[in-house]
Amino acid sequence: MSNLHLDTWLLRHLQVALASLGRLCRAPLATLMTTAVIGIALALPTGMHVALSNIQQLAGGWDGAATLSLFLKQEVKEQQAMQLANRLRAHPQLAKVQLIDPDLALEEFQRLSGFKGALQALERNPLPTVLVVEPHQQQSTPEAAEALMAELNQLAEVDFTQLDLQWVRRFHAITEIARRGVMVIGLLLGLAVLLIIGNTIRLEIQNRKSEIEITKLIGGTDAFIRRPFLYNGLWYGLSGGIFAWLLVTLSLWTLSEPVERLAGLYQSEFDLSAIDCQTLGLLLLGSTLLGLFGSWIAVGRHLSSIEPN
Amino acid sequence: MIHFENVTKRYPGGHEGLSNASFHITPGEMVFLTGHSGAGKSTLLRLIGLLERCTRGQVRVGGRNLAKIKRSQIPYHRRKVGMIFQDHRLLNDRTVFDNVAMPLVVAGLRHQEISRRVRASLDKVGLLNRERVYPITLSGGEQQRVGIARAVVSKPPVVLADEPTGNLDPALSQEIMDLFLQFNQVGVTLLIATHDLDLISNMGRRILTLGQSRLLRDTAASLP
Repeated sequence: MSNLHLDTWLLRHLQVALASLGRLCRAPLATLMTTAVIGIALALPTGMHVALSNIQQLAGGWDGAATLSLFLKQEVKEQQAMQLANRLRAHPQLAKVQLIDPDLALEEFQRLSGFKGALQALERNPLPTVLVVEPHQQQSTPEAAEALMAELNQLAEVDFTQLDLQWVRRFHAITEIARRGVMVIGLLLGLAVLLIIGNTIRLEIQNRKSEIEITKLIGGTDAFIRRPFLYNGLWYGLSGGIFAWLLVTLSLWTLSEPVERLAGLYQSEFDLSAIDCQTLGLLLLGSTLLGLFGSWIAVGRHLSSIEPN
Repeated sequence: MIHFENVTKRYPGGHEGLSNASFHITPGEMVFLTGHSGAGKSTLLRLIGLLERCTRGQVRVGGRNLAKIKRSQIPYHRRKVGMIFQDHRLLNDRTVFDNVAMPLVVAGLRHQEISRRVRASLDKVGLLNRERVYPITLSGGEQQRVGIARAVVSKPPVVLADEPTGNLDPALSQEIMDLFLQFNQVGVTLLIATHDLDLISNMGRRILTLGQSRLLRDTAASLP
């Protein structure tokens, strides 16, 4: 293709794209309604995806805090416990070791539990010495933490170890299900968008039937006739994507204040994060492609049935 | 320019729109096609514009066998054949200028070239001052002239007209015929279907007469 051809080709595409945009703008109410339907359909999976990302981000903070509690045997003396603590502090996989003295633990328990009278009736302190150890960040995955637990369980002084990871695993499983759910909903609503755009374009083709017939009569190629409809679909998709983005951003903005208050109640610095660039890019690209594809299907099905007579 | 050899067009259901027609129109000829309604005039024109394909026989336009033109190539064939209709087939949501410009836009001409050619074409049919109005505001005769301007704007070698004066009074019809004569003088091959025998009888041009889907008579031109 020579430069001149490329120039006219680009120019023609630009003209058709702008003409199609202009045509949509001249019927603002109808266009807005179609855009809103597409936008709402796309906002649902997008919003759910953003919510899920936020929850996972929140859970990420908890993952790292997976700590192990080593309950020492009753016969282990305070001296031995301190030695063990010092030995563990040198362990390459451990970041922090904290010794909880049974007397102090009992005192705290009495204070917090409200069973002061009942506990005082006991002859001796039933609580064992506990070492709370915190693995390094890279050891904080459930698998690594479990291996570490098995290792520490072998120590002679240790009665048993407890790793509170069960809930983290359950949480991971639940978010995985939610992620799949969002994917399925996204696929279904994407299909809905395809149908919405296809139907809108089909109506438009019917409305412009005489124009299509005449264009065919004077030698317009199928590509020429198809082009404005494809651009219509593209604009519908893109504007629907932007609408969805606005909807999700607005919802997040509405939610951000109560979420912040709730997080504050849990002494958390958690902040709702908005749609990230990657998600936004995917949303806009996806919606545009859906628009293009939807109109492509409609045009392919209906354009060939219109022949001049 | 236009060759028909034993051309038959049979529609689904068995009705024959054209039976075994053979004739030859040379380049630069102006030929009338007459016959009562349903005689096959429209079918014949539709075969030339590839709105239909013949069932038997061979149609050639400009030396090209139309049976060999693939569906995707039909638009390029139609750009070489200007078509004029009784009902004008104008788009009422576009100005006269935009209507006439359509064949050039479709062919991908540059904007300046389109403006120049559309104005020249509108000037020829005497409607240059109406380029900004919408066809619906024009009279029947004026609308037909817009249709003619659109058919000739891309300077096709062949122009077909299907009852172009069907809805017009004799004076306006004569005006339209005069326009066709002017085009013919610059070398355009014209095939005009009409049942208005009074109008064409004294023009001294070749007349093909159809009846019951057959070519009944081929009256040679009486003028040189």
